[in-house]
Amino acid sequence: MGFDNLLLGFQIAITPYNLFVAVIGILLGTIIGVLPGLGGANGVAILLPVTFTMPPTSGIILLTSIYWGALFGGAITSILFNIPGEPWSVATTFDGYPMARQGEGGQALTAAFTSSFIGALFSILLITFFAPVLAEIALKFGPAEFFAIQLLTFSSFIGLGGGNPLKSLVSILIGFILATVGLDIITGQLRLTFGFTGLMKGFDFIIAVIGLFGIGEILLSVEEGLSFHGTKTRINPRIVLDTWKVLPRYWRTFVRSAFIGFWMGFKPGGATPASFMSYAFAKQFSKNGDKFGKGEIEGVVAPETAAHSAGVAAILPMITLGIPGSPTAAVMLGGLIIWGLQPGPLLFKENPEFVWGLIASMYTGNIIGVLLVLAFVPLFAAILRIPFAILTPLIVVVCAIGAYAVHNSMLDVWYMLLFGVIGYVFKKLDYPIAPLVLALVLGDLAESALRQSLIISQGSLAIFFTRPIAAVITGLAIFFFALPLFSAKRKA
Amino acid sequence: MRAADVVTASILILFGGLVLLDATRLGFGWGTDGPQSGFFPFWLALLMVLASVAIIFQEARRASPKSFVDREKLGPVLKVLWPAACAVLLMQWIGLYLSSALYMGFYMRWVGRHSWLAIVLLAIGIPLATFLVFEKWFLVPMPKGPLEAWLGY
Repeated sequence: MGFDNLLLGFQIAITPYNLFVAVIGILLGTIIGVLPGLGGANGVAILLPVTFTMPPTSGIILLTSIYWGALFGGAITSILFNIPGEPWSVATTFDGYPMARQGEGGQALTAAFTSSFIGALFSILLITFFAPVLAEIALKFGPAEFFAIQLLTFSSFIGLGGGNPLKSLVSILIGFILATVGLDIITGQLRLTFGFTGLMKGFDFIIAVIGLFGIGEILLSVEEGLSFHGTKTRINPRIVLDTWKVLPRYWRTFVRSAFIGFWMGFKPGGATPASFMSYAFAKQFSKNGDKFGKGEIEGVVAPETAAHSAGVAAILPMITLGIPGSPTAAVMLGGLIIWGLQPGPLLFKENPEFVWGLIASMYTGNIIGVLLVLAFVPLFAAILRIPFAILTPLIVVVCAIGAYAVHNSMLDVWYMLLFGVIGYVFKKLDYPIAPLVLALVLGDLAESALRQSLIISQGSLAIFFTRPIAAVITGLAIFFFALPLFSAKRKA
Repeated sequence: MRAADVVTASILILFGGLVLLDATRLGFGWGTDGPQSGFFPFWLALLMVLASVAIIFQEARRASPKSFVDREKLGPVLKVLWPAACAVLLMQWIGLYLSSALYMGFYMRWVGRHSWLAIVLLAIGIPLATFLVFEKWFLVPMPKGPLEAWLGY
């Protein structure tokens, strides 16, 4: 079954137009990943309107390619500038930056890109085999099961996200509340609009993503002084080949990290803990564990493999359950809806060419990606040498364009600025942003799943415990929700 | 960070109160055919108010070592924010392209002290490039003003 479908997918993914789209996406994505204030999520959000005129499959290939590019780009800034572009590249700076300072930037970059590629490949292989199976199971899900999965999604932010669980909870609730603003899809009543017509259409999460991640990040990096102390680096085919000769030695680290990445990654918010976990494990098991943090190549391999593997795994719940595993996947999910596709298990039945085109493009995209970034590292690194008096207004303008283009509305541009300020304050106070965005995306789905379940059960919450699959998932969710209570007790 | 945390949590409590008010207006109980419109927002807001109160208590027990933002660091942040807000305001009348040209030029001169040549080149070149990419290539319309109208767009 799977092989024919994959072949069909490749026929779509390797048409010249789609390959061209992938190359453009990777290039843009890498630039976005390198630029401060722009990352995978809002890069994809800003470029989403561009895909409206494309066929959906090319659209998703563009967006996913931007995502791969951004993941690669994050490694460049982490290693050469000690600036993690995304939270999950923090662990890459531990050994990547020391390596670059010792003049081994080329080796570190090669190791990072190769590890990213291998981590991604591992996850894509698993997705190829498991996605159809998972979609098949999910076809039997009713509203109760879907609501239970949503609970599990958000419980993992609280139980596994780290930080203050109360603040994670508040972030989730804000997202859900913002999602209820506007027309109630079930009764048709206006909610939380307080008579303002501007609030009637509600808050679009794409605007929120651009503001929270884009403008918020810019404000934060301006406050931190935005001084880049980049290290010069040389990378040439010899360095690449020499590094490739060394890398197979770390096959254990590759396998372990890829597993950790995939396992953590298909749960929301998993990429960051995955990269740290994999770094910690590598340090524990390595013969050179004591050299970690001083420029050990294995310390670059471990977090990069896990982060990229997790980043790819986040696509799995998006295409099979319609529940995104990361903010970037959430934006892509928004794209799916705009293109007129119904995300979720039916996608495999109704739009096989789309799903398999996407899966096949993940292989081609990552192969193109690793080759492109290896070839053009100096070019990408040069972007960070652009003076920030030029970069800052440029990024603000790009964000404004993205925000306006979603609905051709000036009000959205104001919302974007407002979300930017909120994002800045929240980041400073350690309120996590990702759960807010996911809740805003999933709000309508979660609410209708909950209300439909309650209608079926005549208002009894027992429905989440009497249906076997729902009960297992709900139980797991409650366990994660309660996890911080246990650890708080242990500390006290 | 304590003061900022308490203020934020208090704002969230107020915000939650507003939501509770509207949810009560809509009804949060059981309607004729299922939960009423206010049902979901009501419980969300109630939980958020409780969590925010808990955060305030948590902060009250903790010593506060550093302030939210230093005075000298607030400057650069505001220096980004208010010109950006002005640029958005201008966009409504003169369109995105002209407004971003003025904004970029102003910011480059004011903060970056770049040479006039660089300013003119970039502040005109970048909006022009965006114009070509969005209006011509991708056919995504942006807000336009009198200048674009005069040029026939």
